Amino acid sequence: MSTQVPETETETEAETEVEHGEPLPAAQEDRMRKKSEGRAEREERAREEAAERAEAEEDRVLLKVFRFDPEVEGKQEPRFDDFHVPYEKGMTVLDALIYARDTFDSSLTFRHSCRQAICGSDALFVNGSQRLGCKTQLSDLEEPVRVEPLPHADVEKDLVVDMDHFYDQMESVEPYFDADELPDGELEEQRQTRENREKVKMSTRCIWCGACMSSCNIAAGNNEYLGPAAINKAYRFAMDEREGEDRKQHRLNILEQENGVWRCQTQFSCTEVCPKDIPLTEHIQELKREAVKSNLKFW
Amino acid sequence: MYEHDVIVVGAGGAGLRAAIAAQEEGADVAIVSKLHPVRSHTGAAEGGINAALREGDSWQDHAYDTMKGSDYLGDAPAIETLCKDSPKEVIQLEHWGMAFSREDDGRVSQRPFGGLSFPRTTYAGAETGHQLLHTMYEQLVKRGITVYDEWYVSDLAVTDEERPEDRTCHGVVAYDIQSGELSGFRAKEGVILATGGLGQVFDHTTNAVSNTGDGVAMAYRAGVPIEDMEFIQFHPTSLPSTGVLISEGVRGEGGILYNEEGERFMFEYGYASNDGELASRDVVARAELNEVGEGRGIDDEYVHLDMRHLGDERITDRLENILHLAKDFEGVDGLEEPMPVKPGQHYAMGGIETDENGETCVGGLYAAGECACASVHGSNRLGGNALPELIVFGKRAGQHAAGKDLGTAKIETGQEGEYELGEVDTPVQPGEVEPAGDAVADGGVAADTGSLSGHDVVEHAVTRERERVQALMDRDEGVQHAEIRSDVQESMTDNVNVFREEEGLKEALEDIAEARERYRDVFVKDPSRTFNTDLIQTIETRNLLDVAEAITLGALAREEFRGAHWRAEAQERKDDEWLKHTMLSWNDGTPELWYKPVILEGEDKKYEPKIRSY
Repeated sequence: MSTQVPETETETEAETEVEHGEPLPAAQEDRMRKKSEGRAEREERAREEAAERAEAEEDRVLLKVFRFDPEVEGKQEPRFDDFHVPYEKGMTVLDALIYARDTFDSSLTFRHSCRQAICGSDALFVNGSQRLGCKTQLSDLEEPVRVEPLPHADVEKDLVVDMDHFYDQMESVEPYFDADELPDGELEEQRQTRENREKVKMSTRCIWCGACMSSCNIAAGNNEYLGPAAINKAYRFAMDEREGEDRKQHRLNILEQENGVWRCQTQFSCTEVCPKDIPLTEHIQELKREAVKSNLKFW
Repeated sequence: MYEHDVIVVGAGGAGLRAAIAAQEEGADVAIVSKLHPVRSHTGAAEGGINAALREGDSWQDHAYDTMKGSDYLGDAPAIETLCKDSPKEVIQLEHWGMAFSREDDGRVSQRPFGGLSFPRTTYAGAETGHQLLHTMYEQLVKRGITVYDEWYVSDLAVTDEERPEDRTCHGVVAYDIQSGELSGFRAKEGVILATGGLGQVFDHTTNAVSNTGDGVAMAYRAGVPIEDMEFIQFHPTSLPSTGVLISEGVRGEGGILYNEEGERFMFEYGYASNDGELASRDVVARAELNEVGEGRGIDDEYVHLDMRHLGDERITDRLENILHLAKDFEGVDGLEEPMPVKPGQHYAMGGIETDENGETCVGGLYAAGECACASVHGSNRLGGNALPELIVFGKRAGQHAAGKDLGTAKIETGQEGEYELGEVDTPVQPGEVEPAGDAVADGGVAADTGSLSGHDVVEHAVTRERERVQALMDRDEGVQHAEIRSDVQESMTDNVNVFREEEGLKEALEDIAEARERYRDVFVKDPSRTFNTDLIQTIETRNLLDVAEAITLGALAREEFRGAHWRAEAQERKDDEWLKHTMLSWNDGTPELWYKPVILEGEDKKYEPKIRSY
């Protein structure tokens, strides 16, 4: 064993003065002192805040959270649980759910990871609308805050839905770049104009959260409909000038089939809920135009 | 039991690139990941990918900048591999359709980044990681590569020979999060760990909640040495309330840092003489905390990052994502006001020891990406060097695991080459509370299994993992993981942050030891087999304990000031003593400290340590 355990030392938290070398000595000394003060102050402040919160019930937000677990007795009947979560400025729906899980009920289940609106895993139905929990401020919502799983998907447990159908639709549009020809030389890029990159930019922002699909009445009534996310994914490639005309035509062929772009009834619900502000409805309409144009060419 | 030639654990940039490369070499490859691939944390990377693509730039210049940025703790063979392979790999991504930002002539754009002598950071707006992750996942779909998503790998199936160098990894044990099924995955050729970062060790981090250091902890417990764990990068610009990252691209485009008095402190207080805001990340992070510490911070907590002068058009073109982040998470309109920022844990420079082909000292076990340490970042990673690492070393690990000959590696792994044993004074005994008798403590299987087939080794690991899970589930009361986790996160942030002192580091070790004690009584309250995140997080918390302790032990041992590692007691870089990597080996539950020399010898030059100034 290469470690040594010395005698227990007396606590010297207040004495944090240290020997130091050349750079910025005064600044460091001051900093070390402030650090220990800062910590004591922070702890004191945290205690005060906790006490205040305990007194002020009005600082708690009431969350009504959907619960269901097919496996656990007493949870097989869907229900709503109430959680009173202490409110802090800047708190999001996801923060509140995490607090509820870590403090009140560790079986409360939901997906989340990046908590910065890029992993797309915490799309939820909050107060009747599809939103990402991590970027939805509690202060923007009416109380009580009702949190449910995404509608029109099978619930696996609590707020977790089965995403398989969504992934299947995404993958059915051949969602990968497939250029007709590549430049010679492995260090030579395919040129793309700034305008063309601008054109596809918004469509490349999709984070596969499924909010749009969940909000779409047509998709809800017709499982075969590709849905806004998959069509947007196809748009991303169909409009990319680097793929070439043949490939574009192939993509349009996929999109103009019975359950492709023509099912869209321009209700804009997908565009309204998209957390990345992708103009989904617009993209779908543009592909309808392209499909008509390409067919007219041949007829 | 599932069986494939190559099993990749993790589906971020490194994992996806490894899987594609292995398949191109003809291997039957599968990815096992606790998240669906598009949920991986690579998607959160913002700034860009460094690659010497243009006239006037060269891989040699990139290598020099990286070596200097590493404060001479990177290994030259790894750094040179990174810089040589990166241009080809970046253009490969472009050929796969990645939506890079473009110049007027249609070529991909590059911009300046901290510590770079040439504007070589290739980017896609301020969402480069998102574009990279999705582009690679698309290629995975195109190739029909098998993905077991929402399967949590909780252990490795490694033989338990006396010396780690004699052990072999035959697969992994994973838990199907959706169904609760626990199963073995046998890898006939190799297992590649690509599990990403460990930011959840700290409570203020830019990292995702899933970044719990699983790969590092599993490899460590299986006997693989872990390297330079004390070098944690704190990104100078994260949002104070959430830790959400504000890309270095903001400073690359000309964003300015101001203190409470409206002073451009990087220059006015002399933290950097030439590069100002674009000094290396460690320099800027310390400068910000100094400002706050000396009373010139805003609300005693943060500083301002201002980009308004760049103009609406440029901001929207190149940094649009930043506007959304500042608005959604801090309520600030970046076009109208400066953004509040402070340092947050961002990246682990250290990790699983590998050579430049991604191989560890355990047979059949590879690592790539943030969880690995081929030592390209040394003691401080340059912005824009993480994404090329993923694709360069992900690809090499995939190729090598699938049997491609990449030549003999110049970096030696394990305690084979030159090394010295180390000692450190610790206030408590680090490591497992009761090393013997804890099946979880050791990634290996019983010593007499040397003659077992790969299949049996995996079976054995599955049985042991079943017992461990059962024990967690059977307990009706005890301590919950969330409590243990948050205590460790707080202690690490208080004691093992940007500024470190001996006393605090020892306090952290005591806190971790106490957390280990409490972890013995941890229990899973949720009885369900369906999507039991309570169970998954309980297992993750165990990984966080091992990783937090390793970081702290390394920080306590290294009595010098190098790169991101600042020590109150040692304000100098001590090249005579410390041009060496801090290594930790688990040794059946007891951490052993040792050192191996840094390789400064490159292909045709030796990198001479110089004073690092910006």
